[in-house]
Amino acid sequence: MRLRRLLVIGALGTLALSGCAPVQSASQSSGTDEKSGTLRVWLFDEVNRAPKEAVVAEAVKEFEARNAGVKVDVQYIQIASRAERFKAAFSDAKSSPDVAEFGNTDLAGYVASGGFTDVTADVSAWPEGKDLDPSVLETGKVDGKVYGVPWFVGLRALYYRTDVFAELGVQPPKTIEEIAPLARRIRQAKPELYGISVGGKYTYAMLPFVWAAGGEIARQDNGKWSSTVDSSAARAGIARYTELLKDDICPPAQCAQNGGDASVQQFVSGKAAMTIGGNFNRQAVEAGAAKGKYAVVPLPGTAAGSVAPAFAGGNLLGVLKSTQRRTLAKDFMQLLGGKQYQEKLYRAMGNLPTFSDLQRTLGANDPFVKPFITTSEAGTRFVPATPAWAKIDAQAVLPNMIQQVITGAQPIDQASSAAAQLMNSAFTS
Amino acid sequence: MTHQVMVAEPVHDVPARQGKRRGDGWAAARYLTPTLLILGGLLGYPLYQLVLISLFDYGQEQASGGAPLEFLGLGNYQKLFGDPQFWTVLTQTVGFAAVCVIGTLAVGGALAVLASRVRAVPRMILFLAALGAWATPAVAGSTVWMFLFDTDFGLVNEVLVGLGFDGMANYSWTYDKFVAFGLVAAQVIWCSFPFVMVTLYAGIIAIPKEILEAASLDGASTARTVRTVILPLLRPLLVIVTIQSIIWDFKLFTQIYVMTGGGGVAGNNLVLNVYAYQKAFAASEYGMGSAIGVVMTVLLLAVTLVYLRALRRSGEPL
Repeated sequence: MRLRRLLVIGALGTLALSGCAPVQSASQSSGTDEKSGTLRVWLFDEVNRAPKEAVVAEAVKEFEARNAGVKVDVQYIQIASRAERFKAAFSDAKSSPDVAEFGNTDLAGYVASGGFTDVTADVSAWPEGKDLDPSVLETGKVDGKVYGVPWFVGLRALYYRTDVFAELGVQPPKTIEEIAPLARRIRQAKPELYGISVGGKYTYAMLPFVWAAGGEIARQDNGKWSSTVDSSAARAGIARYTELLKDDICPPAQCAQNGGDASVQQFVSGKAAMTIGGNFNRQAVEAGAAKGKYAVVPLPGTAAGSVAPAFAGGNLLGVLKSTQRRTLAKDFMQLLGGKQYQEKLYRAMGNLPTFSDLQRTLGANDPFVKPFITTSEAGTRFVPATPAWAKIDAQAVLPNMIQQVITGAQPIDQASSAAAQLMNSAFTS
Repeated sequence: MTHQVMVAEPVHDVPARQGKRRGDGWAAARYLTPTLLILGGLLGYPLYQLVLISLFDYGQEQASGGAPLEFLGLGNYQKLFGDPQFWTVLTQTVGFAAVCVIGTLAVGGALAVLASRVRAVPRMILFLAALGAWATPAVAGSTVWMFLFDTDFGLVNEVLVGLGFDGMANYSWTYDKFVAFGLVAAQVIWCSFPFVMVTLYAGIIAIPKEILEAASLDGASTARTVRTVILPLLRPLLVIVTIQSIIWDFKLFTQIYVMTGGGGVAGNNLVLNVYAYQKAFAASEYGMGSAIGVVMTVLLLAVTLVYLRALRRSGEPL
């Protein structure tokens, strides 16, 4: 009996000692600013990393030569597991880098977690900073404060096969309504091809359809977000997109589970007559079966000659709040994110620069880049800049909605209402 | 019956025990301390944290100190039980786990019997093949299966078309809900039958020859020998492999996550663990995720206890 009592007392004591609340880590700011040692940098791994690695190595060499006693340790992290890596980094300063590349859609969540430091003053004091495209710099802001230097922009446009179009005597679509009939006609004539390769998980291909129809996925009133994915305009856009995921264009059995990469991959391997691809997909397309037989036009809007608003994707370079080498981290961010290395990365990877002047000079010399610059100038859109977006993204709310529709499980009205409900509960939680 | 010979009843020296009770208690406590410490640290504390977190609104903002904690009480559980998707996923998980457990036991048991009957060389080949499957990491195994069953370039579709099944060209194995579950179940059985097979094989060859000989001398048929001699002797092992399989298959994550692209078309192939990951951990809602974890732990404990009680009621000591 006494033994049992002792055990109970011991257990209760442990409970009391550990406190009755889950652990919270303290504020992450280190307060120190060392001028030497190892600067840790996280960059995203790529399918074909060698060219990126070469450019980064050059920047590292320059930086180490400029700062004696500093070593730059670059780690390439997987995009798929970035959420876990960053969460771990925010919770534990010891496993955290000083500088990191991250997607602009993740920014709001990272800032809410207290992961990145405000660099507004550093960017405005930076001579090159004034040339940053203002609409792109906007994607690096939360509540008016800048948390990262835009490193490159990712825009999507319509890729098509010039040989197939010439053989069938068809022209690229002039309006967004023309895409489905055209794609259907191509698949009828060439059943081995998908008319257009899009996917049930390809949110960033669906969004321009919603925006072109005059819809929005969410609206902000007095600082509060609410979903508008169930509005009639948004539903019209969803209908136009899901029409493409039918057996006579891109069969759901093959396309329902495709995200952006898989959708473009079908085009790369010569199985699709069109796709919605990014400027960042250029290398992959050049390396595939469509090499030399493709062209790119902006994704058309509802009126002939207009452009459907594109999603302004892209990555930023930011400084982590927990860094012990804030000045060095800022310097490296500005070196790697500066014009010189952005241009090198453009040459190596096709990444679109974020400086307006650099965009103009490059667009004038490269016909491939032109449709993307046109798309950029026509005005781009962004996902809701709130931490809730990361949640909505992780819970696959929009892909699930598309998949419900294309598998015939739910009509658009029902699927979009359910999605709106899930989005709203994420906004309010 | 024969197997009763094996069981020795422990002899209790009751008065002596009572006299030395106190000293025994301390000795027992000292012997148990290391185990208790390890269990307390590795099992008790995480479990305590899991329950605790499940009572809070605890997201990434709260974990990294950017937002204050809010106590919800049973709020997370209410929200969870109010979500119709949770009940669908729970039913799916139970059904899927049941198929995997039965499949694993059937395949593993059959191959264990086979291994105990064949000669050394075929047995070694069988074991090498099984150990190969066992040693393959879950992610690698799932990925290899996905290559084999790929819609466009998969070997399986190619072979089926070659055999004259033209409808299988570009057949998607992960589109239909039940086909996708079937494929994943096959993969799960493939990578978990070796444990059952090896364990049961060890049990079968450990049965003394004399007992089987005695049974056959008594004129027992093969079916009768299996039912009243072999199965009762294998019972402790069967209990272990069944419970292990239930626990493993109920908690399945990797295979579903990798093979159905995170839960299938429109979330058709979600099981509890993937659901918890998607709803809660990927979305940084650790409070909700912990609530799902607690529910899973309770369910698994209940299943295991019911199973053990049912066994005890049928009169066999373990």
